[in-house]
Amino acid sequence: MTAGLILQTFQTVLAILLAPLLMGWVNQCRAWLQGRAAPPLTQPYRVIRKLFHKDAVLAHDAGPLFRFAPYILFACMALAAGIVPTIANDLPFSPAADVIALVGLFALARVFLALAAMDIGTAFGTLGARREMLISFLAEPALLMVFFTASLISHSTELPVIVETLAHKEFVIYPSMAFAAVAFWMVSTAENARIPIDNPTTHLELTMIHEAMILEYSARHLALIEWAVALKLFVYSALGIALFVPWGIAPAGDLAALPLAILALLAKMLAGGAGLAVLETLSAKMRLFRAPEFLGTAFMLAVLGMLTHFLLEA
Amino acid sequence: MNLSFHLQVINLLAALLLLISFAMLSQRRVVGLVTLFAWQGAALAASTALVAWSTGQHHLYWSAALTLALKVVAMPWFFYRLVRKLDINREVEAVLNIPTTMLIGIALVIFAFNLALPISQMAGTVTRSTLGIAMACVLLAFLMMITRRKAITQVIGFLAMENGLFFAATSASYGMPLVVEMGVALDVLVGVFVLGIFFFQIRETFDSLDLKHMERLKER
Repeated sequence: MTAGLILQTFQTVLAILLAPLLMGWVNQCRAWLQGRAAPPLTQPYRVIRKLFHKDAVLAHDAGPLFRFAPYILFACMALAAGIVPTIANDLPFSPAADVIALVGLFALARVFLALAAMDIGTAFGTLGARREMLISFLAEPALLMVFFTASLISHSTELPVIVETLAHKEFVIYPSMAFAAVAFWMVSTAENARIPIDNPTTHLELTMIHEAMILEYSARHLALIEWAVALKLFVYSALGIALFVPWGIAPAGDLAALPLAILALLAKMLAGGAGLAVLETLSAKMRLFRAPEFLGTAFMLAVLGMLTHFLLEA
Repeated sequence: MNLSFHLQVINLLAALLLLISFAMLSQRRVVGLVTLFAWQGAALAASTALVAWSTGQHHLYWSAALTLALKVVAMPWFFYRLVRKLDINREVEAVLNIPTTMLIGIALVIFAFNLALPISQMAGTVTRSTLGIAMACVLLAFLMMITRRKAITQVIGFLAMENGLFFAATSASYGMPLVVEMGVALDVLVGVFVLGIFFFQIRETFDSLDLKHMERLKER
C-alpha cells in the first residue's frame, strides 16, 4: 500500500512536471516541420514562470467563479493524471475512478471553464464557451465508445485492468482497437483544441474555440490554465498509450520495471508528440460546421470497433 | 479466443479493409478516393498472401500478385492520370450528405454482420469470421456507387465492390480457381479502360462527368 502511494505521488508529480515539456516538444516539432526557427524545448516552462510573476488583472464584472475556475481546471487535470497509468499499474487512486468517471472529470473541468468564460460577459468568451460545448458534447460519446471497446476486451472499465489485459497477458492483436485508435485520435484533437478542430496558436478571435474562452485571463490564472492545457494533452497522450501501446508500463508490484517504464514512457511521448506535429502540419483547420461531421465519424468508427469486436474477437 | 498469430493479422487486415471502405465513403476529393482505393488493394493483397501462406494454397499467391499489380499500381496510376487530364479533382458531389451516408453505412455493416454469422458458422475455412467484413465492404461500395454522382467515383465504387467480393471469396472458400480469378482480373482491367474512354466521351457530349445529365436520354 505504501509502495502504491509513493508510486501514485511520483507518477502524478512526474506528469505535472513533464506536461509542459511535451507541449514544448510538440511546438518544436511543428516549427521544424513548418520551416521556422523552433522555440527552445523549455519555452512552456518559461511562459508559465513569467506568468506567475505578473500581477493578475481581473475584469470589473468578474465573479468568484472566474477566479476559482483555473484552480478547478488544474486540479481536475492533476487528478486525471493520477488516474491514468503512465508508468505503473499499481495505483491506489485508480479504483476510485474508472474511465467513465474520467470522462466526467474532463467534463467537470470543461463546464467550469465555459462558465468562467461566460461569467465576465464578453462576446468572445460566450462565443468560445458555446463552441466548446458544441464540440465537446459530440466528442464525449465518441470517447466513451472508445473506452467501451477497450472495456469489452478486458471486461472492466478500470484502466489498470485494461492495461493489465492488453499489456501483460498473452499478446493478441485486437482488430477492434484499430477502429478505436482512429476514433481516439479524432476525439483527442477535438478535446485538446488541436488542428483540425481548433488552432492552438491562432490570433484570429473569430476562429477561436479554446483561446476565446481564456482571452480575459492573465498572470497566475492564465499560467494555471496553460499548465492545465499542457497537462490535458499529456493525460490524453498517456490514455492513448495505455489503450493502444501499453507495453512497458510496469505491472503491479514490480518496482524493478520502473526505470524501464519511465524510459518507455519518454520514448512513446517523443514519438507521439512528433506524430501529432506531423498530423497537424499535414491537415488544415476545418470550418466549425464541419466539426460535427468529423466527430460523428469518430463516434461511428468507435461503434464499428465494438461491432468488429463481436464479429472477430468474441 | 486462441487464434494463431497470422490469423490475427488477417483479422486486423480485414478490419483495415472495412476502415478504408468507410474512409472512402467520407472522402470528398477524387484523388483522396484513388489513394484510399490503392490502400484497400494493398490490404487485400497482403491478406490474400497471408491466407495463401497459412493454408498452403499456392494459387492464392498469384491472385495476391495480380491484386498488387492491378489494383495498387496500374489502376490508381491510370486514375491519377485521368483525374489530371480531365481536371476533375474538385469536391465529390454526393446525392446524400456525408453523415447520413455514414449512418446508412453503419446500418449496412450491422446487417452484413448479422447475415454473415450463420453462413460463417457453416464454412470450414480458418478465415470464416472475416466473411461478415467482406460482405460489409461489398455493401458499402454499393452504397458509394448509389450516393455519388460523378462517373469516376462510381467506377471506383464498382472496383471497391470487386475488392469486397474478392475478399469474400478468399475468406469463405480460399478464393476461386485461378482461371476464374484471371478472367475476373482481365474483365475488370478491360472494364476500367473502356470506362476511361467513356469518361472522355461523356464529357465531350455533356461537358460534365455528372451522371444526372444522362438520366434523360431522349433528344429534346
